Amino acid sequence: MNVLVCVKRVPATGGRVTLTPDARAIDTSLLGFTTSPHEECAVEEAARLVEAGGGTSTVLTLGPEAAIEQLRDAMAVGIERAVLLETDGTEWGPAATAAAIADAVRARESADGEPFGLLLFGNEAADSADYQVGVRVAVALDRPCVTGVKRLDVGAGAVRAWRERDGAWDVYEMPLPAVVTVREGINLPRYPSVPGRLRARRKDVERAPARRVPVADAVLTRLRLPAQAEHRVEILGTGPEAVPPVVEVLRQLGLVGR
Amino acid sequence: MILVIAEQDAGRPTALSLEARAVARATATAAGLPLEAVELDRDGAPPGDRAAALGRLIAVRRPLAVIGPGSDSATELLAHVAARAGLPLAANITALDVGGSGAGRPLQLTRQRWGGTLLEDATIEAGPALFTVAPHAVAAEPVGTAPEPLPVSLDVDGVAGDGLVRLVERVPMGTEGVALEAAPVVVGGGRGVGSAEAFGMLDELARLLGGTVGVSRAVTSAGWRPHREQVGQTGARIAPDLYIACGISGAVQHIVGCRGAKRILAINTDPDAPMVAAADWAVIGDLHALLPPLLEAIRDTR
Ligand SMILES: Cc1cc2nc3c(=O)[nH]c(=O)nc-3n(C[C@H](O)[C@H](O)[C@H](O)COP(=O)(O)OP(=O)(O)OC[C@H]3O[C@@H](n4cnc5c(N)ncnc54)[C@H](O)[C@@H]3O)c2cc1C
Repeated sequence: MNVLVCVKRVPATGGRVTLTPDARAIDTSLLGFTTSPHEECAVEEAARLVEAGGGTSTVLTLGPEAAIEQLRDAMAVGIERAVLLETDGTEWGPAATAAAIADAVRARESADGEPFGLLLFGNEAADSADYQVGVRVAVALDRPCVTGVKRLDVGAGAVRAWRERDGAWDVYEMPLPAVVTVREGINLPRYPSVPGRLRARRKDVERAPARRVPVADAVLTRLRLPAQAEHRVEILGTGPEAVPPVVEVLRQLGLVGR
Repeated sequence: MILVIAEQDAGRPTALSLEARAVARATATAAGLPLEAVELDRDGAPPGDRAAALGRLIAVRRPLAVIGPGSDSATELLAHVAARAGLPLAANITALDVGGSGAGRPLQLTRQRWGGTLLEDATIEAGPALFTVAPHAVAAEPVGTAPEPLPVSLDVDGVAGDGLVRLVERVPMGTEGVALEAAPVVVGGGRGVGSAEAFGMLDELARLLGGTVGVSRAVTSAGWRPHREQVGQTGARIAPDLYIACGISGAVQHIVGCRGAKRILAINTDPDAPMVAAADWAVIGDLHALLPPLLEAIRDTR
């Protein structure tokens, strides 16, 4: 089965977030970038499915030229082909993103002469968290879709997708070709090996301009940091001498006896 | 008209639905618009038929905004409706202003990004538009304090959902112990714990305090603990009375998972770690030196 996995490049923010002066983006001048975590797991899942069942694996991203870094990360863990739908670096809304991806999938499938058995997405991107790109692509291509998946069993012509609801699994079945959006926890992504990284660096990335169709998306006006309550930390000590004050805190909270 | 989606568990609106109702009520009241509600059972049914029926309802009734709870099920449903009907969907809003009845002004919204680390102000050209309300970001509307929204029934007769996705089984998860989201005490462990074995101390502390262990992504990525114990943007959102964060730096993606904690005790060698700044109490030192005598002292109180 041929599998396509779609990923998004996002800033690897750490302890603090600062905004650009126009407050329209995160200031990334001091930050690295990464693949959104749910999608990192989608990449791992795609690699495992093809290792186990044969077929081809392809990673696709819609983003700036620099997002080739994330495509190479995916190729470093075993994804064979990579497609960049290149933008000018401005952020696209979810409906516009999904329309361009659906378009690219159609073009690829007609060139390949067969559909992707599975399109994998992250459940929501780490930054914009729109929760809809995978579903919109599924609807545009008229394919069944399950979101929030944490276990995937692929059988002949059908797939079982497991997701959590209130402490138990709901198990869905749908025919292939299908669309699945996955959550972190579906697997433990491998670390790329050094040979894997070297191989990925030599591989081609297919590039095409992302086609922008007019669609209604919410348009960002500005970002804000939420107000933070004024707050003071009490230092209880620096070593084992802190044990009595810690126990006293636990006592105040009623967690240990007298 | 503003339409709110009310998900029901055993005939009662879910907590997230009452949060959605609060935002929908504020939006409708400010704009002088009537508020109507569609009730749906939260039963795991795939969204196909309901999405088609809801799309038909929106086409007929033309609500300016459809506002749903930020649950997985309602989010998935509204994504399907938005995709089928070619409407915009903004997820995780905290406020919405539709600008007066039918005034044709753009809709103004505020939504969460990065799990709530950032707020985004945005506009949508014109309704109808779909929204989900960010979980636990706004106060729920207490039941019985305002007139019930006018019920609208969702008619699934004669609609064509995709019919391809079937719910075939419900399987118990078989996890024992205290659930992370509901635990009164969470003992958190990060990279500073150093190994899977060293988590034994944290398990013991959690057991003595009647709580459970939660971890950072560094820990799950290392394979020291399972992902279901992860706290943060891509893990669980916890709300214990006390969170004891051991060897966790406090990256923004971790903080969004534990900011619901009433109190935080941080144990960290780095006084400048964001986790320390976010804490009520801190021990600035090596957790491996502190935890063994602390466990002993707690056992002695019994
Ligand atoms: C999109 C995205 C989503 C993410 N989602 C999550 C998420 O859901 N949950 C999450 O946790 N992270 C998440 N992360 C990762 C996050 O950014 C951090 O990398 C991660 O939380 C760091 O884990 P840590 O604090 O255990 O490790 P570190 O950042 O390495 O911190 C270790 C800390 O331990 C202290 N320490 C070291 N040794 C000792 C000792 N002996 N005694 C006491 N203290 C010690 C150090 O001073 C340091 O503060 C996400 C990242 C991205 C980009």
